[in-house]
Amino acid sequence: MITTKDIDNPLIKFVLHLGDNALIMGHRNSEWCGHGPILEQDIALTNIALDQVGQARNFYQYAAELISETNGEQLTEDSLAYLRDSWDFKNCLLAELPNGDWAQTILKQFIVSAYQYHLYQALANNQNEQLAAIASKSLKELNYHLRWSSDWVLRLGDGTTESKKRMEDAIAILWSYTNEWIDFADYEMIILGDSHHSIQQDWKAKIKSVFDEAGLMIPVDGWMQKGGKVGNHTEHLGYILTDMQFLQRAYPNAEW
Amino acid sequence: METSLEEQFQQKIDQEHKIEPKDWMPDKYRQTLIRQISQHAHSEVVGMLPEGNWITRAPSLRRKAILLAKIQDEAGHGLYLYSAAETLGISRDEMYHQLHSGKAKYSSIFNYPTLTWADMGAIGWLVDGAAIMNQVPLCRTSFGPYARAMVRVCKEESFHQRQGFESLWVLSKGTDEQKRMCQDAIDRWWWPCLMMFGPPDDESTNTIQSMQWKIKRFSNDALRQKFVDMIAEQIKILGMKLPDPDLKWNEEKKHYDYGKINWDEFWQVLKGNGPCNKERLDARRKAWDEGAWVREAASAYAEKKHTNQLNNSNKVYENVH
Ligand SMILES: [Fe+2]
Ligand SMILES: [Fe+2]
Ligand SMILES: [Fe+2]
Repeated sequence: MITTKDIDNPLIKFVLHLGDNALIMGHRNSEWCGHGPILEQDIALTNIALDQVGQARNFYQYAAELISETNGEQLTEDSLAYLRDSWDFKNCLLAELPNGDWAQTILKQFIVSAYQYHLYQALANNQNEQLAAIASKSLKELNYHLRWSSDWVLRLGDGTTESKKRMEDAIAILWSYTNEWIDFADYEMIILGDSHHSIQQDWKAKIKSVFDEAGLMIPVDGWMQKGGKVGNHTEHLGYILTDMQFLQRAYPNAEW
Repeated sequence: METSLEEQFQQKIDQEHKIEPKDWMPDKYRQTLIRQISQHAHSEVVGMLPEGNWITRAPSLRRKAILLAKIQDEAGHGLYLYSAAETLGISRDEMYHQLHSGKAKYSSIFNYPTLTWADMGAIGWLVDGAAIMNQVPLCRTSFGPYARAMVRVCKEESFHQRQGFESLWVLSKGTDEQKRMCQDAIDRWWWPCLMMFGPPDDESTNTIQSMQWKIKRFSNDALRQKFVDMIAEQIKILGMKLPDPDLKWNEEKKHYDYGKINWDEFWQVLKGNGPCNKERLDARRKAWDEGAWVREAASAYAEKKHTNQLNNSNKVYENVH
């Protein structure tokens, strides 16, 4: 068991937050593998899950490095993923929500891709070279994630009566979890600086333009859920970790 | 005297020319290939399920990524193979229908459960290993699209086999529990893997005609023997044992002798009585049924786009004239 709860360094918190978002999104998307509605799309979503796991690894490796510089603790990408409890995870709540149907999965992926695309674009110019390097590498992947998920929002929004209804239901279910992405925590503000304004604006504009083209309405302003960024999660995260961490917990200190 | 179409066809095969989709072919050749290629495609896709069972529980991020990529490869193999079968005049939807109705089969090996993490290694090493034995000769099979699909597939399968072996190798050098896990997986997968080559030659109905058409190039028993010989050597590196007291090197034959395969189990699993037949088919049917509205939306949208494009090009046309 390890904890990163007491770490106060904003950069470390921020990098863990990025890693956690990527890992938990990848975990949920990987649940579709072998069960997708169309074989080509099964491959596409598995591909996205693979990218996300890869991004998580990059961020965790960097976080482990930073932590060891700070307090000498020797951590790895795996100890960060497999040995922390849910209070240490800083991912947004939307990432951990169950997949639901294809419409909910698509909407989730679109909201997150639109965010990560603009975030990584900003980070690619960050003065922190390592962060900038991971972000520019990931940006190529995000180009694809954003295009793929936007295309599917259009197909479902502008497809059949049923698909439109399912998209609307997905929006109703998930909308209150969308704002957390751009409701920046202190540690994000410190790293992002002024660039946080443009991320917020670009994210909103992207969602609006794709929704407009798909014939979907953005709900009126209402209550927004949050808490993930500071470790207050939904009940779902515990089950994700139970699943993900099973072998590391049952057979401590083994090499795999 | 003029040679018949059938004779010309056989001559072409005898001269190692590939048969292409537009070429004349006997109906039975076409049907045999549709059955075999679609069965192979279904095996790739159903085969995603037992391994998919461990993606969320993979013990490290590196292993998780390797497993995801491997299963994604299998989906890709399914795609190449469905496309190859489609050139023979059957649609992918029809093939799915045959799978879901139970008319088409898939490899029985995927009706066995994956109970521990070591099963991921055992599947890569043994199941993909057996698949390679079957499939390398198929790279030279007489039907062009099938042969070409197999060339791409085989490259990736041998990569999977090495990864599977490496994963077991780590377990075999690990804690006592990991060693036990490793041996247990080998014990459970060994005999079903030997069954992957199909019934013994004297009971195999399709072999003679398929050999003449060069769809098949080696008999079931010959391929099984090659596999036993390979694994009996590789397992020494792992320091594990194959669960067969009769396994022994035969100096005279220059092959390993092995024990009696439980063919009753083979026929039972084929009939639907394996441990996971129901789960596997249910999972495929569920994915298909629940995906129906998604596929409908995608084609409705594509249709709209297409109509819009036509309308737009008509407008352009009207503007010009
Ligand atoms: Fe394969
Ligand atoms: Fe295969
Ligand atoms: Fe494979």
